[in-house]
Amino acid sequence: MLKKDLGLLTLIIVVGAVVAIINPRFLSPINIANTANLVGLFGIFAIGQGFVIITGGIDLSVGSIIALLGVVFVDLIANHGVPWPFAVLVVLALGMVMGTVHGLLITKLKLQPFVVTLCGLLIYRGIARFYTKDATAGFPFGVSFPDLEWITTGRTDIVAVLTGDTMHSIPIPHAFFIMLVIAVIMWIVLHRSVFGRYLYAVGKNEEAARYSGIRTSRVIVAAYVISATLAALSAVFFAMYTRSILPSGHGNFYELYAIAAAVLGGFSLRGGEGSIVGVVLGAILLQVLQNLVNLLGIPSSLNFAVMGSVILIGVIADQQFLLYRERNARKRGRQRAAGPAAAAAE
Amino acid sequence: MTTSATAAVEASAPAEPFLDLSGLRKTYPGVVALADFGMTVRPGEVIGLVGENGAGKSTLMKILGGVIEPDQGSIVIDGEAHPSLTVAQSMAAGIAFVHQELNLFDNLSVAANVYIGREPRKYGFLQLVDNDRLEKLVQPLLDQLGATFSPATPVSRLSLAEQQIVEIAKALSLDSRLVILDEPTSSLPIAETEKLLDVIAGLKAHDISVIFISHRLHEVVQASDRVLVLRDGNLVGELGDDDINHDAMVRLMVGRDLKVDYVPPARTSGEVVLSIKAVRTSTYPNREISLDLRAGEILGLAGLVGAGRTELARVLFGIDRPAGGRLELNGEEAHFATASDAVAAGVFLVPEDRKGAGLLLDFAIAQNISLPNLSAYARRRWVSREAEIAQAERSRTHLDIRAPDVRQRTSALSGGNQQKVVLAKWLAMEPKAIILDEPTRGIDIGAKSEIYRLMRGLADSGVAVLMISSDMEEVIGVSDRVAVMHEGHIQGTLDRDQCSEENILQLAVGRSIQERGRGC
Repeated sequence: MLKKDLGLLTLIIVVGAVVAIINPRFLSPINIANTANLVGLFGIFAIGQGFVIITGGIDLSVGSIIALLGVVFVDLIANHGVPWPFAVLVVLALGMVMGTVHGLLITKLKLQPFVVTLCGLLIYRGIARFYTKDATAGFPFGVSFPDLEWITTGRTDIVAVLTGDTMHSIPIPHAFFIMLVIAVIMWIVLHRSVFGRYLYAVGKNEEAARYSGIRTSRVIVAAYVISATLAALSAVFFAMYTRSILPSGHGNFYELYAIAAAVLGGFSLRGGEGSIVGVVLGAILLQVLQNLVNLLGIPSSLNFAVMGSVILIGVIADQQFLLYRERNARKRGRQRAAGPAAAAAE
Repeated sequence: MTTSATAAVEASAPAEPFLDLSGLRKTYPGVVALADFGMTVRPGEVIGLVGENGAGKSTLMKILGGVIEPDQGSIVIDGEAHPSLTVAQSMAAGIAFVHQELNLFDNLSVAANVYIGREPRKYGFLQLVDNDRLEKLVQPLLDQLGATFSPATPVSRLSLAEQQIVEIAKALSLDSRLVILDEPTSSLPIAETEKLLDVIAGLKAHDISVIFISHRLHEVVQASDRVLVLRDGNLVGELGDDDINHDAMVRLMVGRDLKVDYVPPARTSGEVVLSIKAVRTSTYPNREISLDLRAGEILGLAGLVGAGRTELARVLFGIDRPAGGRLELNGEEAHFATASDAVAAGVFLVPEDRKGAGLLLDFAIAQNISLPNLSAYARRRWVSREAEIAQAERSRTHLDIRAPDVRQRTSALSGGNQQKVVLAKWLAMEPKAIILDEPTRGIDIGAKSEIYRLMRGLADSGVAVLMISSDMEEVIGVSDRVAVMHEGHIQGTLDRDQCSEENILQLAVGRSIQERGRGC
């Protein structure tokens, strides 16, 4: 697991170094801060997707959730005068409900995750467009939410704060901080908690997990709740980041970014494999690649093609590495077994 | 009731049995899987359970595991009688199973697997796994079993025997009193088997009982205090510590007088069609298989489950790549990289898993028959349904497939008729060699003899037939020659006049045959 993450980190550094050499603007404070902001925005819901993928499922509804709940959030605070902390809670609660519905459809009605969340993708997108009558949702002129804006789109130069403004470094976007906090919490949940262990067990062999006394349905529902709730949180951040939401296009394909980040991060779509560090590194690599397309003057139409190629190469390399390791493990196992017996025979 | 009363009286005796089975009977339509079976298990006793495939061992295990209910009989555990067990009761009584197919999570550590579902926790409401305590709990279990790996090792890094030790550790952690090892050694190399036998001795020392099911008789001899022999659902013998030996077990396993039902016509074997030269399969990469399949001959391939017969069939049919060696078809070197190559060359397989690999159950009979050779039914790439149905009708008559309509789904047919459809699909082409893996498993008697007749017909028309079978009677009755596999290689080949059940079993368990027991 750790080796995989190190490999990915190395890849990010190598790609970053190459881009930096060709175009030094890559390392400019403003570019780093902007990239970090995007890593934060995309990282939050990619972590959620990771939980679902570990169970062997998939959540295709993420992009549409971001659009629908973004529209709802903007409408609540801009047009209905709902206090924003309350609106955030409403949006998170809606996300939880959506996740619960997905999870229950999958575990109780035994529908396939792909089908359930594909329907979610279509339904939420449709509702979002209907909700605004296909118009752009935004804030009326002069309406502003300084606290909310500070939290979601603000940037803080930590060095400046700590040294009382005598020294300066790069101002870090808050979205990135929040993503890191979520990553730490979710790292504990996935890698240290009983629930996390059950996620791995369910993803590897649901039947055997059930026979081990694990309530597999609960574990699976929880994974979808986590994914949809983190998508809801992202919805707030994206709404404040773009400030106006075109419901037909906002968040399109975002679920695929999340899946790509997870796959790059070493998750297996068959379930049972993956780590938080991996998915965060995956999200970073994706944004670095986007950045690379811009900075190296590659036509932006090739954006997806670059991303796809890197993922493909990464997955192939990973697969080959795995095969190699398995062969070695078998060899070692045989040697271990033969060792004592050979010694006894002598 | 009487059983429970006796058990209650015996409860004061010093070596009170942990488990007492009596009068167990289980029938399936047409088959008596277990007839009036009884046994006792005392604490710390290692009981070997042997019998041919289908002797009733798995039925017995399923009853003990609470998976199926016996029709009659009683199960007394610690003096308490039950007519049948549930899975929960079986677990609560401390009966643990270690199956041939392991149920471990290879993405988790050894310790995590042992305590899966029962993790020690810390920080109350946070519900974090207390890994330190977990490893401290598991370490003594591993020590007790003589394991050399640590509790933190990922299961994916362990060998098969080591994984079995993890399963046993799991059983120990549940305070099991009876561990049932179902063919634990069949997939293990010799060195690892030794390790497992030590583990069994360790369990015994802790007063844990063991039921050891194995086809490898020398291991049974080594491990067991007592051996029970099952045949056709009956307990046919019990050997005490001093009487346990190889020959005695084989005698009891074979038991019945040899029947001479089939007696196929004597064959003069023709040219070698398919020659297997030093082929190695990935399951036994160090064992070589050499065998010639001749035209006009039915060659039986006998051996115990796990001897590597199916693996050989898969290599011959191009499903798996051989780990080494080569094939010759009609004297020319043949490479089957895929099954498609084998089919093109005229080498066909009737696989063991009829429903999964032999047929597409949702397809019509006619579609199944045409599938491997669809271009023959096509005009300009359009499949002609008429041609398909015409062929299916011919096959139906020729093979006597009992179905009202060849457009009917294959899933609606009986096992025997499904198998005929599998055969029909290959007979519609021109076979040079055909491999049948357990062709009559789960098929009723009537259909069996029809399939034998078809096989003989194929051989007579000059096809080389290789029949893999675990049914002794079938092997002896149908084959012109029998090759016996043992742990990945051909232990010996028997001509018709040599192929007695006893000889086959001797070879199957890895011995050479003595000049006696002339059969057939």
